[in-house]
Amino acid sequence: MWNSGHTDAYRGIVAAVTTYPAGKGDLIHAYLARPEGAGPFPGVLLIHHMPGWDEFYQEFARRLANHGYTVLCPDLYCRFGHGTPDDVAASVRAGGGVADDDVVADGGAALGWLRSLPTSNGRVGIIGSCSGGRHAVLTASRVPGFDAVVDLWGGGVVVAAGQLTKQRPVAPIEYTKDLEAPLLGLFGNEDHSPTPSDVDRHEQALKAHGKTYEFHRYDGAGHGFFYYDRPAYRPQASMDGWSKIFAFLNEHLRA
Amino acid sequence: MCLMISVSAPVTGSGRGPTGWFRLTQVNVGFDHATHAPLDHALLLDFVNPELGIGARIAVELDLASGRTLVAQLQAAISAAEASEPAIASRE
Repeated sequence: MWNSGHTDAYRGIVAAVTTYPAGKGDLIHAYLARPEGAGPFPGVLLIHHMPGWDEFYQEFARRLANHGYTVLCPDLYCRFGHGTPDDVAASVRAGGGVADDDVVADGGAALGWLRSLPTSNGRVGIIGSCSGGRHAVLTASRVPGFDAVVDLWGGGVVVAAGQLTKQRPVAPIEYTKDLEAPLLGLFGNEDHSPTPSDVDRHEQALKAHGKTYEFHRYDGAGHGFFYYDRPAYRPQASMDGWSKIFAFLNEHLRA
Repeated sequence: MCLMISVSAPVTGSGRGPTGWFRLTQVNVGFDHATHAPLDHALLLDFVNPELGIGARIAVELDLASGRTLVAQLQAAISAAEASEPAIASRE
Protein backbone atom coordinates (compact mmCIF):
# COMPACT_ATOMS: atom_id res chain seq x y z
CA MET A 1 0.00 0.00 0.00
CA TRP A 2 1.10 3.53 -0.70
CA ASN A 3 1.01 4.43 3.01
CA SER A 4 2.91 1.41 4.22
CA GLY A 5 6.57 2.38 4.06
CA HIS A 6 9.49 0.60 5.66
CA THR A 7 10.10 1.69 9.22
CA ASP A 8 13.84 1.83 8.62
CA ALA A 9 13.46 3.98 5.50
CA TYR A 10 11.35 6.94 6.59
CA ARG A 11 12.79 10.24 5.46
CA GLY A 12 12.49 13.75 6.82
CA ILE A 13 10.85 16.66 5.09
CA VAL A 14 11.11 20.42 5.34
CA ALA A 15 8.05 22.64 4.92
CA ALA A 16 7.65 26.40 5.01
CA VAL A 17 5.80 29.34 3.49
CA THR A 18 7.85 31.18 0.91
CA THR A 19 7.32 33.55 -1.99
CA TYR A 20 8.20 33.07 -5.64
CA PRO A 21 8.07 35.34 -8.70
CA ALA A 22 4.73 34.38 -10.25
CA GLY A 23 2.78 35.77 -13.18
CA LYS A 24 3.29 39.46 -14.03
CA GLY A 25 6.41 39.35 -11.87
CA ASP A 26 4.31 39.44 -8.69
CA LEU A 27 5.78 37.83 -5.60
CA ILE A 28 3.05 35.60 -4.23
CA HIS A 29 2.94 33.25 -1.27
CA ALA A 30 3.48 29.55 -1.75
CA TYR A 31 3.72 26.56 0.56
CA LEU A 32 6.90 24.62 -0.15
CA ALA A 33 7.38 21.08 1.11
CA ARG A 34 10.41 19.06 0.12
CA PRO A 35 12.35 15.98 1.19
CA GLU A 36 15.52 16.50 3.16
CA GLY A 37 18.68 15.88 1.21
CA ALA A 38 20.35 16.81 -2.05
CA GLY A 39 18.08 14.85 -4.34
CA PRO A 40 17.60 14.69 -7.18
CA PHE A 41 13.84 14.97 -6.59
CA PRO A 42 10.97 15.42 -9.04
CA GLY A 43 8.86 18.55 -8.63
CA VAL A 44 5.10 18.83 -8.24
CA LEU A 45 3.09 21.99 -8.71
CA LEU A 46 0.08 21.64 -6.43
CA ILE A 47 -2.99 23.74 -7.35
CA HIS A 48 -5.38 24.37 -4.48
CA HIS A 49 -9.14 23.95 -4.71
CA MET A 50 -11.87 26.58 -4.85
CA PRO A 51 -12.22 26.72 -1.02
CA GLY A 52 -8.78 28.24 -0.98
CA TRP A 53 -5.19 27.88 0.18
CA ASP A 54 -6.04 25.93 3.28
CA GLU A 55 -4.91 23.33 5.78
CA PHE A 56 -5.88 20.43 3.53
CA TYR A 57 -3.51 21.64 0.85
CA GLN A 58 -0.64 22.00 3.31
CA GLU A 59 -1.23 18.38 4.30
CA PHE A 60 -1.49 17.42 0.62
CA ALA A 61 1.92 19.05 -0.02
CA ARG A 62 3.54 17.32 2.94
CA ARG A 63 2.15 13.96 1.87
CA LEU A 64 3.71 14.28 -1.56
CA ALA A 65 6.99 15.53 -0.07
CA ASN A 66 7.02 12.57 2.27
CA HIS A 67 7.03 10.39 -0.83
CA GLY A 68 10.01 12.15 -2.36
CA TYR A 69 8.61 15.11 -4.28
CA THR A 70 9.48 18.79 -4.02
CA VAL A 71 6.06 20.42 -3.85
CA LEU A 72 5.17 24.05 -4.46
CA CYS A 73 1.59 25.09 -3.69
CA PRO A 74 1.02 28.75 -4.64
CA ASP A 75 -1.70 30.86 -3.02
CA LEU A 76 -3.67 31.65 -6.16
CA TYR A 77 -5.82 34.05 -4.16
CA CYS A 78 -2.83 35.98 -2.77
CA ARG A 79 -3.60 39.09 -4.81
CA PHE A 80 -7.14 39.26 -3.37
CA GLY A 81 -5.97 39.79 0.20
CA HIS A 82 -5.64 37.70 3.33
CA GLY A 83 -7.86 36.27 6.03
CA THR A 84 -9.23 32.86 6.88
CA PRO A 85 -9.37 30.63 3.77
CA ASP A 86 -13.18 30.62 3.76
CA ASP A 87 -13.37 34.43 3.99
CA VAL A 88 -10.85 34.82 1.19
CA ALA A 89 -12.57 32.19 -0.96
CA ALA A 90 -15.93 33.87 -0.40
CA SER A 91 -14.53 37.18 -1.60
CA VAL A 92 -12.95 35.57 -4.66
CA ARG A 93 -16.15 33.69 -5.48
CA ALA A 94 -18.25 36.85 -5.23
CA GLY A 95 -15.92 38.49 -7.74
CA GLY A 96 -16.37 35.69 -10.25
CA GLY A 97 -13.30 33.65 -9.31
CA VAL A 98 -9.61 33.91 -10.11
CA ALA A 99 -8.89 34.57 -13.79
CA ASP A 100 -7.69 31.62 -15.85
CA ASP A 101 -4.94 33.71 -17.44
CA ASP A 102 -3.54 34.58 -14.00
CA VAL A 103 -3.53 30.92 -12.91
CA VAL A 104 -1.79 29.87 -16.11
CA ALA A 105 0.83 32.61 -15.69
CA ASP A 106 1.43 31.69 -12.04
CA GLY A 107 1.66 28.01 -12.99
CA GLY A 108 4.09 28.61 -15.81
CA ALA A 109 6.36 30.60 -13.52
CA ALA A 110 6.17 27.87 -10.89
CA LEU A 111 7.17 25.25 -13.46
CA GLY A 112 10.37 27.15 -14.22
CA TRP A 113 11.03 27.79 -10.53
CA LEU A 114 10.71 24.11 -9.61
CA ARG A 115 12.88 23.00 -12.50
CA SER A 116 15.58 25.53 -11.60
CA LEU A 117 16.12 24.09 -8.12
CA PRO A 118 19.51 22.45 -7.65
CA THR A 119 17.74 19.43 -6.19
CA SER A 120 15.48 18.97 -9.24
CA ASN A 121 15.67 15.88 -11.40
CA GLY A 122 14.35 18.00 -14.27
CA ARG A 123 10.81 16.64 -14.19
CA VAL A 124 7.74 18.47 -12.92
CA GLY A 125 4.13 17.36 -12.62
CA ILE A 126 1.00 19.34 -11.83
CA ILE A 127 -1.93 18.20 -9.69
CA GLY A 128 -5.03 19.72 -8.15
CA SER A 129 -8.54 18.95 -6.97
CA CYS A 130 -11.88 20.61 -7.67
CA SER A 131 -11.18 23.92 -9.43
CA GLY A 132 -7.51 23.01 -8.97
CA GLY A 133 -8.05 19.90 -11.12
CA ARG A 134 -9.52 22.09 -13.82
CA HIS A 135 -6.64 24.55 -13.44
CA ALA A 136 -4.12 21.70 -13.65
CA VAL A 137 -5.58 20.51 -16.96
CA LEU A 138 -5.79 24.07 -18.26
CA THR A 139 -2.25 25.03 -17.25
CA ALA A 140 -0.67 21.83 -18.57
CA SER A 141 -2.52 22.39 -21.85
CA ARG A 142 -1.42 26.00 -22.27
CA VAL A 143 2.11 25.81 -20.82
CA PRO A 144 4.41 23.28 -22.48
CA GLY A 145 6.91 21.41 -20.35
CA PHE A 146 4.96 19.54 -17.69
CA ASP A 147 5.74 15.83 -17.47
CA ALA A 148 2.51 14.66 -15.83
CA VAL A 149 -0.87 16.13 -14.92
CA VAL A 150 -3.41 14.86 -12.39
CA ASP A 151 -7.01 16.06 -12.41
CA LEU A 152 -8.97 15.23 -9.26
CA TRP A 153 -12.67 15.73 -10.04
CA GLY A 154 -12.09 19.06 -11.73
CA GLY A 155 -15.44 20.59 -12.65
CA GLY A 156 -15.69 22.97 -15.57
CA VAL A 157 -13.26 21.29 -17.97
CA VAL A 158 -16.36 20.84 -20.09
CA VAL A 159 -18.53 23.96 -20.06
CA ALA A 160 -22.07 24.34 -21.35
CA ALA A 161 -22.66 27.04 -23.91
CA GLY A 162 -23.48 30.33 -22.23
CA GLN A 163 -21.58 29.55 -19.01
CA LEU A 164 -18.24 31.00 -20.04
CA THR A 165 -17.27 34.09 -18.06
CA LYS A 166 -14.76 36.93 -18.21
CA GLN A 167 -12.51 35.04 -15.80
CA ARG A 168 -13.08 31.70 -17.56
CA PRO A 169 -13.45 32.64 -21.22
CA VAL A 170 -12.47 29.30 -22.79
CA ALA A 171 -13.37 25.77 -21.69
CA PRO A 172 -10.17 23.79 -20.98
CA ILE A 173 -11.38 20.94 -23.18
CA GLU A 174 -10.84 23.27 -26.14
CA TYR A 175 -7.08 23.12 -25.50
CA THR A 176 -6.95 19.29 -25.52
CA LYS A 177 -4.94 19.16 -28.73
CA ASP A 178 -2.16 21.17 -27.03
CA LEU A 179 -1.84 18.90 -23.97
CA GLU A 180 1.55 17.21 -24.09
CA ALA A 181 1.73 15.61 -20.65
CA PRO A 182 0.11 12.28 -19.76
CA LEU A 183 -3.07 12.81 -17.76
CA LEU A 184 -4.49 10.92 -14.78
CA GLY A 185 -8.10 11.70 -13.85
CA LEU A 186 -10.03 10.51 -10.79
CA PHE A 187 -13.77 11.09 -10.64
CA GLY A 188 -16.83 10.16 -8.58
CA ASN A 189 -19.78 8.78 -10.50
CA GLU A 190 -22.19 10.71 -8.26
CA ASP A 191 -20.51 14.06 -8.89
CA HIS A 192 -22.58 16.87 -10.40
CA SER A 193 -19.58 18.91 -11.60
CA PRO A 194 -18.08 17.17 -13.44
CA THR A 195 -20.95 14.85 -14.27
CA PRO A 196 -20.16 11.39 -15.66
CA SER A 197 -21.22 12.68 -19.09
CA ASP A 198 -18.74 15.59 -18.72
CA VAL A 199 -16.02 13.04 -18.02
CA ASP A 200 -17.18 11.04 -21.05
CA ARG A 201 -16.85 14.11 -23.27
CA HIS A 202 -13.39 14.89 -21.94
CA GLU A 203 -12.33 11.31 -22.53
CA GLN A 204 -13.67 11.40 -26.09
CA ALA A 205 -11.64 14.54 -26.79
CA LEU A 206 -8.48 12.96 -25.39
CA LYS A 207 -9.03 9.88 -27.55
CA ALA A 208 -9.74 11.96 -30.64
CA HIS A 209 -6.44 13.79 -30.23
CA GLY A 210 -4.47 10.64 -29.41
CA LYS A 211 -3.49 11.77 -25.93
CA THR A 212 -2.00 9.56 -23.19
CA TYR A 213 -4.42 9.40 -20.28
CA GLU A 214 -6.03 7.13 -17.71
CA PHE A 215 -9.36 7.90 -16.07
CA HIS A 216 -10.70 6.09 -13.02
CA ARG A 217 -14.28 6.49 -11.89
CA TYR A 218 -15.62 5.48 -8.50
CA ASP A 219 -19.14 4.27 -7.79
CA GLY A 220 -20.67 5.57 -4.59
CA ALA A 221 -18.42 8.64 -4.62
CA GLY A 222 -19.29 12.23 -5.43
CA HIS A 223 -17.26 15.40 -5.46
CA GLY A 224 -14.27 15.68 -3.15
CA PHE A 225 -14.12 12.11 -1.93
CA PHE A 226 -10.59 12.66 -0.47
CA TYR A 227 -11.85 15.35 1.96
CA TYR A 228 -11.84 13.53 5.29
CA ASP A 229 -13.65 16.40 7.06
CA ARG A 230 -16.63 16.43 4.72
CA PRO A 231 -19.61 14.07 4.26
CA ALA A 232 -18.28 13.37 0.75
CA TYR A 233 -15.34 11.41 2.16
CA ARG A 234 -15.10 7.85 0.83
CA PRO A 235 -12.18 6.10 2.52
CA GLN A 236 -11.88 3.16 0.13
CA ALA A 237 -12.06 5.30 -3.01
CA SER A 238 -9.66 7.77 -1.43
CA MET A 239 -7.09 5.10 -0.57
CA ASP A 240 -7.32 3.64 -4.05
CA GLY A 241 -7.07 7.11 -5.57
CA TRP A 242 -3.90 7.91 -3.66
CA SER A 243 -2.35 4.65 -4.82
CA LYS A 244 -3.10 5.59 -8.42
CA ILE A 245 -1.63 9.08 -7.94
CA PHE A 246 1.63 7.74 -6.53
CA ALA A 247 1.93 5.07 -9.22
CA PHE A 248 1.31 7.64 -11.95
CA LEU A 249 3.74 10.21 -10.59
CA ASN A 250 6.38 7.54 -10.04
CA GLU A 251 6.02 6.34 -13.62
CA HIS A 252 6.22 9.75 -15.25
CA LEU A 253 8.39 11.84 -12.94
CA ARG A 254 11.09 9.38 -11.96
CA ALA A 255 11.84 7.67 -15.27
CA MET B 1 -19.07 20.23 -7.20
CA CYS B 2 -17.40 23.50 -8.01
CA LEU B 3 -20.10 25.37 -9.83
CA MET B 4 -19.06 28.94 -9.07
CA ILE B 5 -22.72 29.94 -8.84
CA SER B 6 -22.73 33.38 -7.27
CA VAL B 7 -24.95 36.45 -7.45
CA SER B 8 -24.68 39.71 -5.56
CA ALA B 9 -26.85 42.69 -4.64
CA PRO B 10 -26.41 45.87 -2.59
CA VAL B 11 -28.12 45.93 0.81
CA THR B 12 -28.62 48.43 3.60
CA GLY B 13 -28.36 47.28 7.20
CA SER B 14 -25.99 45.95 9.82
CA GLY B 15 -24.69 42.61 10.92
CA ARG B 16 -22.92 41.29 13.99
CA GLY B 17 -19.66 39.42 13.57
CA PRO B 18 -17.01 38.13 16.00
CA THR B 19 -15.80 41.67 16.73
CA GLY B 20 -19.20 43.33 16.99
CA TRP B 21 -21.65 45.11 14.77
CA PHE B 22 -20.72 46.56 11.42
CA ARG B 23 -22.50 48.14 8.47
CA LEU B 24 -23.53 45.78 5.64
CA THR B 25 -23.40 46.96 2.04
CA GLN B 26 -23.70 43.80 -0.04
CA VAL B 27 -25.15 40.30 0.00
CA ASN B 28 -23.58 37.48 -1.99
CA VAL B 29 -25.63 34.35 -2.60
CA GLY B 30 -23.96 31.26 -3.98
CA PHE B 31 -24.40 27.53 -4.27
CA ASP B 32 -21.16 25.62 -3.90
CA HIS B 33 -18.88 23.84 -1.41
CA ALA B 34 -19.91 24.12 2.21
CA THR B 35 -17.20 25.01 4.71
CA HIS B 36 -18.93 23.98 7.92
CA ALA B 37 -22.44 22.65 7.28
CA PRO B 38 -22.52 18.84 6.97
CA LEU B 39 -23.45 19.14 3.31
CA ASP B 40 -21.43 18.49 0.17
CA HIS B 41 -22.75 21.74 -1.22
CA ALA B 42 -24.97 24.44 0.17
CA LEU B 43 -26.62 27.76 -0.36
CA LEU B 44 -24.00 30.26 0.73
CA LEU B 45 -25.28 33.58 2.07
CA ASP B 46 -22.57 36.12 2.76
CA PHE B 47 -23.52 39.54 4.14
CA VAL B 48 -20.42 41.67 3.65
CA ASN B 49 -18.88 45.10 3.64
CA PRO B 50 -15.92 44.94 1.22
CA GLU B 51 -14.67 48.34 2.34
CA LEU B 52 -13.96 46.90 5.78
CA GLY B 53 -11.90 43.99 4.47
CA ILE B 54 -12.27 40.33 3.62
CA GLY B 55 -13.15 39.37 7.18
CA ALA B 56 -16.18 41.70 7.35
CA ARG B 57 -18.55 38.85 6.52
CA ILE B 58 -21.58 37.24 8.11
CA ALA B 59 -21.64 33.77 6.59
CA VAL B 60 -24.58 31.38 6.52
CA GLU B 61 -24.71 27.94 4.90
CA LEU B 62 -28.12 26.33 4.31
CA ASP B 63 -29.50 23.36 2.45
CA LEU B 64 -31.88 24.12 -0.40
CA ALA B 65 -35.01 23.31 1.62
CA SER B 66 -33.92 25.74 4.33
CA GLY B 67 -33.26 28.34 1.66
CA ARG B 68 -36.78 27.99 0.33
CA THR B 69 -38.16 28.25 3.86
CA LEU B 70 -36.11 31.39 4.48
CA VAL B 71 -37.34 33.01 1.27
CA ALA B 72 -40.97 32.25 2.21
CA GLN B 73 -40.54 33.59 5.74
CA LEU B 74 -38.80 36.71 4.51
CA GLN B 75 -41.61 37.32 2.07
CA ALA B 76 -44.22 36.72 4.77
CA ALA B 77 -42.52 39.18 7.12
CA ILE B 78 -42.13 41.77 4.37
CA SER B 79 -45.78 41.43 3.40
CA ALA B 80 -46.87 41.79 7.01
CA ALA B 81 -44.68 44.85 7.47
CA GLU B 82 -46.06 46.47 4.34
CA ALA B 83 -49.62 45.76 5.46
CA SER B 84 -49.15 47.17 8.95
CA GLU B 85 -47.01 50.14 8.02
CA PRO B 86 -47.91 51.06 4.44
CA ALA B 87 -46.54 54.58 4.85
CA ILE B 88 -43.13 53.30 5.94
CA ALA B 89 -43.07 50.59 3.29
CA SER B 90 -43.83 53.07 0.51
CA ARG B 91 -40.84 55.21 1.53
CA GLU B 92 -38.35 52.29 1.39
